[in-house]
Amino acid sequence: MRVITVAGPPSVGKTSVVDKTARLLKTRGRRVGVVKFDSLATSDDEIYARAGLPVAVGLAGNVCPDHFFVSNIDDCLTWGQGQALDMLVAESAGLCNRCSPHVQGVLAICVVDTLSGVHTPRKIGPMLKLADVVVVTKGDIVSQAEREVFAFNVRLANPRAAIVFFNGITGQGATELVHHMENAPSVEGLEGRRLRFPMPSAVCPYCVGETCIGRDHQRGNVRKMNLEGPGA
Amino acid sequence: MSRSILSRTIGELSASHPAMADFFIGVSGQTPKPDGSVLSWLAGVGEDRLSQWGMDRDQALAHIEALAGQIDALRSSAPPEVRALTILGGINKQGQPEDLRLTLRPGELVSVVGPTGSGKSRLLGDIECLAQGDTPSGRRILVNDAPPAPGLRFSTHQKLVAQLSQTMNFVMDLSVGDFIAMHAECRMSGDVGSLVSQVIAQANKLAGEPFGRDAALTQLSGGQTRALMIADTALLSASPIVLIDEIENAGIDRKKSLELLLAREKIVLMSTHDPILALLGDRRLVIRSGAVVDIIETSEAERANLTALEQLDQTLMAVRHQLRSGLRIDSPVEEMLPWMR
Ligand SMILES: Nc1ncnc2c1ncn2[C@@H]1O[C@H](COP(=O)(O)OP(=O)(O)OP(=O)(O)O)[C@@H](O)[C@H]1O
Ligand SMILES: Nc1nc2c(ncn2[C@@H]2O[C@H](COP(=O)(O)OP(=O)(O)O)[C@@H](O)[C@H]2O)c(=O)[nH]1
Ligand SMILES: [Mg+2]
Ligand SMILES: [Mg+2]
Ligand SMILES: [Zn+2]
Ligand SMILES: [Zn+2]
Repeated sequence: MRVITVAGPPSVGKTSVVDKTARLLKTRGRRVGVVKFDSLATSDDEIYARAGLPVAVGLAGNVCPDHFFVSNIDDCLTWGQGQALDMLVAESAGLCNRCSPHVQGVLAICVVDTLSGVHTPRKIGPMLKLADVVVVTKGDIVSQAEREVFAFNVRLANPRAAIVFFNGITGQGATELVHHMENAPSVEGLEGRRLRFPMPSAVCPYCVGETCIGRDHQRGNVRKMNLEGPGA
Repeated sequence: MSRSILSRTIGELSASHPAMADFFIGVSGQTPKPDGSVLSWLAGVGEDRLSQWGMDRDQALAHIEALAGQIDALRSSAPPEVRALTILGGINKQGQPEDLRLTLRPGELVSVVGPTGSGKSRLLGDIECLAQGDTPSGRRILVNDAPPAPGLRFSTHQKLVAQLSQTMNFVMDLSVGDFIAMHAECRMSGDVGSLVSQVIAQANKLAGEPFGRDAALTQLSGGQTRALMIADTALLSASPIVLIDEIENAGIDRKKSLELLLAREKIVLMSTHDPILALLGDRRLVIRSGAVVDIIETSEAERANLTALEQLDQTLMAVRHQLRSGLRIDSPVEEMLPWMR
């Protein structure tokens, strides 16, 4: 079974991209299933079900969805094998710019949209910097020039990745993305595999229930802003 | 490649591109010593900084190496040469074969006409992705008489196709001058300042109300926006093929716009419902039910009609101008149309 992680900021078009690509894969006789990871709620599973794809949902509740992802992905593989899938796609919410669900030896896709500003590629962490394919959506509403500048900045932020322009509404770009997905490595299980980058633990007092503001309450892993330096 | 980054100093690497300098500063939080090596610089970066940046040491080294390679590639990548673009027929919406083998050459303008929903945008989409029988239409596209290698088809490095359509807008919160400079810098060659002036000057020849480099990109009018997009695509985009999906009501000089693109030896395909635009093409593809059913060469008689149609259009434009200027439209319109009298 080929496993593919798809991550990206909210509303960039991850579901649209996966939906359109999976439909195309289906016409080529591939059995594609999706696991959707989110924090509190999602309706993406309905979209996938409408496309006739087996779908599972994981809601992280009050932990970071990417942390939740790692704790559950191996079980999702077992689920996918039970469903006799050729390809398992994990869509994760990408709510945390610092965490990333990408696993070594598993095709990693990051979705970003052209509306988010020319400097965005630089600002996204390992989710983009360590992805194998960067999918750029919403090119249909910006200029050719903006698409070119955006792609240029993606290339500098992640010089190894392939860049795919994708129209999440019409599915233009799906052929190209299928090409990359068909070439994803096959994996039997993820037990013992490593994340491409460690997720920060970030356990500060507020992580564990502190609600009171003030220096006296800030012990442990606390980072302070420097408001005294030049320019401040 | 690894030998070359290890033998170059931080200063040399930083000078290769601002993105490289930004990387060193971003990771370590300070400007690095220019005469040090990459390895000594990396050894001096704390675990904490790397973790904040989101890379471990090996990944950082691999990133510098890949970035150096990317910068070299961007610097040396000439626009891919397309001498011939061939469209091979697929099937129509009923699954019947489309009898088509059409070759287009640089400097050629082809219009695409047909009823709403007939498949004009589909044809442009097939060209955009250099389809190989893997889109709903089953068409195949040849570049220089051969199927494109996957490297060409799936490379954003050397995109063959630039696109313009009615739905596209500028969204960046920047001035015209700053943004066009940013686009010019992507070419990594040429004098950025003079390219910016050329693009803006060209755009002003296409649109009504002139604008300067300090205008905000998102405040431009519809016509100014379209004009800037066309001038920018003609002068700064490396793509040899331009696809235009319906730009009729843009309020720009459409003829000059197309001439500008064709003068840069682009292959231009334009889907349109507008007779004046359609007749500007050397020929037009007629689409019905998902397939090209006819190719019409623009005849002498049609070109002669084009002149009359353009007069008609200019008359209408003059009336629009009166309207915009707050004038009354009460003088007899027939007098503006000599052949109607
Ligand atoms: N040969 C074909 N086989 C199957 N489907 C097709 C074919 N050609 C076009 N289609 C589909 O028909 C639909 C309408 O086509 P398209 O959007 O290209 O129309 P259009 O001519 O651009 O219309 P408009 O003038 O309204 O923009 C699309 O979903 C397209 O994918
Ligand atoms: N115009 C345009 N809209 C898009 C595109 N891709 C996605 N969208 C729209 O963006 C919204 C969010 O998309 P969705 O796939 O749910 O994003 P997700 O949260 O990343 O999964 C939806 O309304 C989509 O229709 C695109 O390429 N162009
Ligand atoms: Mg989604
Ligand atoms: Mg159309
Ligand atoms: Zn997180
Ligand atoms: Zn915390």
